[in-house]
Amino acid sequence: MNELGDLYQEVILDHYKKPRNFGTLEGATGAAQGDNPLCGDRLALQVKLSGDRIDDLRFRGSGCAISTASASLMTEAVKGKTKAEAMGIFERFHPMVTGRGGGNDLGKLEVFSGVSEFPVRVKCATLAWHTLRAALEGRTDPVSTE
Amino acid sequence: MKATTESRPSLDVGKLREEFPILASRVHGKPLVYLDNAATTQKPRAVIEAARRYYEEQNSNIHRGVHALSERATKAFEDVRVKVARFMNAADPREVVFVRGTTEAINLVARSWVRPLLEPGDEILITHLEHHSNIVPWQLLRDEAGAVLRVAPIDDRGEVPFEEFERLLSPRTRFVSIAHVSNALGTVLPVRRMIEAAHRAGATVLVDGAQAVAHAKVDVRALGADFYAWSGHKLYGPTGVGVLYGKLEHLERMPPYQGGGDMILSVTFEKTTWNRVPHKFEAGTPDIAGVIALGPAIDFLEATGMDAIAAHERDLLRHATERLSAVPGLRIFGTAREKAAVLSFNLEGVHPHDVGTILDQEGVAIRTGHHCAQPVMERYGVAATARASFGLYNTREEADALVAALGRVAEVFRT
Repeated sequence: MNELGDLYQEVILDHYKKPRNFGTLEGATGAAQGDNPLCGDRLALQVKLSGDRIDDLRFRGSGCAISTASASLMTEAVKGKTKAEAMGIFERFHPMVTGRGGGNDLGKLEVFSGVSEFPVRVKCATLAWHTLRAALEGRTDPVSTE
Repeated sequence: MKATTESRPSLDVGKLREEFPILASRVHGKPLVYLDNAATTQKPRAVIEAARRYYEEQNSNIHRGVHALSERATKAFEDVRVKVARFMNAADPREVVFVRGTTEAINLVARSWVRPLLEPGDEILITHLEHHSNIVPWQLLRDEAGAVLRVAPIDDRGEVPFEEFERLLSPRTRFVSIAHVSNALGTVLPVRRMIEAAHRAGATVLVDGAQAVAHAKVDVRALGADFYAWSGHKLYGPTGVGVLYGKLEHLERMPPYQGGGDMILSVTFEKTTWNRVPHKFEAGTPDIAGVIALGPAIDFLEATGMDAIAAHERDLLRHATERLSAVPGLRIFGTAREKAAVLSFNLEGVHPHDVGTILDQEGVAIRTGHHCAQPVMERYGVAATARASFGLYNTREEADALVAALGRVAEVFRT
C-alpha cells in the first residue's frame, strides 16, 4: 500500500485528472510524437521556441496517470527555460525515476520518485521527456520508449 | 468449441491447483491470483519434471545418434508427435509439425503454402479481431506478391457476422486465416462454418488456435481445417514449442520453410533432397526438452477432461461477467454469444495500465495494453484495455478477488 501511495501521489492524480498545458499550440515552431508500444499510448508535443528558449509548449494524447501527469508537470517545469536547462532537468529526472539516486533538487517533479519502485512504469514517466528532446532536436520520426 | 450440457462443473479445482507449484506463491505479500492465462498458462509439476528428467536422463540430440541416449530422446520426442496427433484428431502423426509457437506456424504457412499460390491481385482474407501475428505475416506477403488483404468486420459484440465474412470470399480468395478464439475479446468464431464457406470459394484455411486448444476439445478433422496452429505454453506446456497441424496432402506439396540440418535426406553442392514430412519443416535442433515436456501437458488436460474444463471455465466466465458488470464505471469489451473465459474491460477515468499496477499490488495478475490486437482496440475507440483471462485452475473466489482489487483502484483514484 505504501508503495502505491508513493506512486499515486495527490499531485500526480491532480495532474492526471486536470492536465496543464493540454491542447493545441498556436504558432508552434516544433513538434514531436512519442509512442509507448507497451501500452499503445501516444503523446503529441508542440513547442514554441524563441531562440534557445522554450516560450510555450502543449501536449495531447491519452495515457496512464503516470505518463499524463509526467507530461503535464514537465510542461510546467520547462516553460521559460532554455533547451540546455530543460535537458539538464531530464538528466536529473531520469536517475531519480530509475532508482539511481538524485532528484532532491527537482521541486514538484520529485513526486515521481516513487516510480523507481515500479520498473515497468519508468517508461510512462519518461515518455514526455523523450518526446520533448526529439522536439527540441527537430526530429520528425516518432520516438519510442522501446 | 460447442459445449456439452453438463449443469455443474465437475472439476476438483483444489486438487488440480496442487499440481501447479507457482499457484502457492505470494506477490507483494498477497496470494497470487493469476488471471493472465491468455498470455501464458502456468505449468503443472509433471511438465516441469519432464523437462528436468530430459536434461538429467535423456539429454542428447535426436534423429541422428546411434547411442542409447539419442534413441531414448528420439523416441520420447516422436511419442509426443503421436500424442499431439491424437489430441487434435489428426489423421496421421506426420501432419504434426513442431515449431516455436503459433507465430512461427503462421509464418511457415504464409511462406511455404500461400506464397507459391499467389498471383498479383489475389486475395487473402482475415478478420478484424486477429492477433498481430495473424495480420503482419499476411501484410508482408501482400506487399511482396501484390496481393490484396481483406478484413472481415466485427460487430459491437465482437462477433464476425457470417454473411459479411461470406461476402468477402471471392474467386480471387486464395487463403483465409482466422482465429478460433479472439485473445482480446474472447469471441469464439464459428470456424467450421467459415471453413466450409472458404472451401466452397476454393480457398484453403488456417485456424489460429492459440486461445482455443487449452479450453475446449479441438478436432481438426471435424473442423475441416487445412492448417491449425497453437502454442505449447498456452496449453499448460513449455514456452518455445508450438504445433502446426497441416493436411498431409498440403504438407507434401510445400517447399521447406528453413534450410538446415535434419530437414534433408542428402546434400551435395549440386542438389539437396528434402527429408520427408514433417521433418522437412523442422530444420536444426528443435526445443527437444520443450516438445518432450509438452506430452505431460496433454496428458494432464486429457486426464482432467476437456469437457469438464470447458464447463468449469464457462461457469467462471458467467460468474466473473456478473460480478464485473456490477462494478460502477466498468465497461466490458466483447460480449459475443459464444465466448471463452476472457474479460476485457476498462474502468471509467482510470487508464488500464494503472489498473494493472494497482491490481498487481493486490496479488492479482492481469494483462493490460492492446493485447497485440490494435485493430480491435481501434474498433472500440480505446488505446488499451485491462484483460482478465481464466484457466482451469481458477476459482470463483479469484474472480471475487479481482472485483475486490478493483475496489482498491477506485480508492486510489477516488473515482
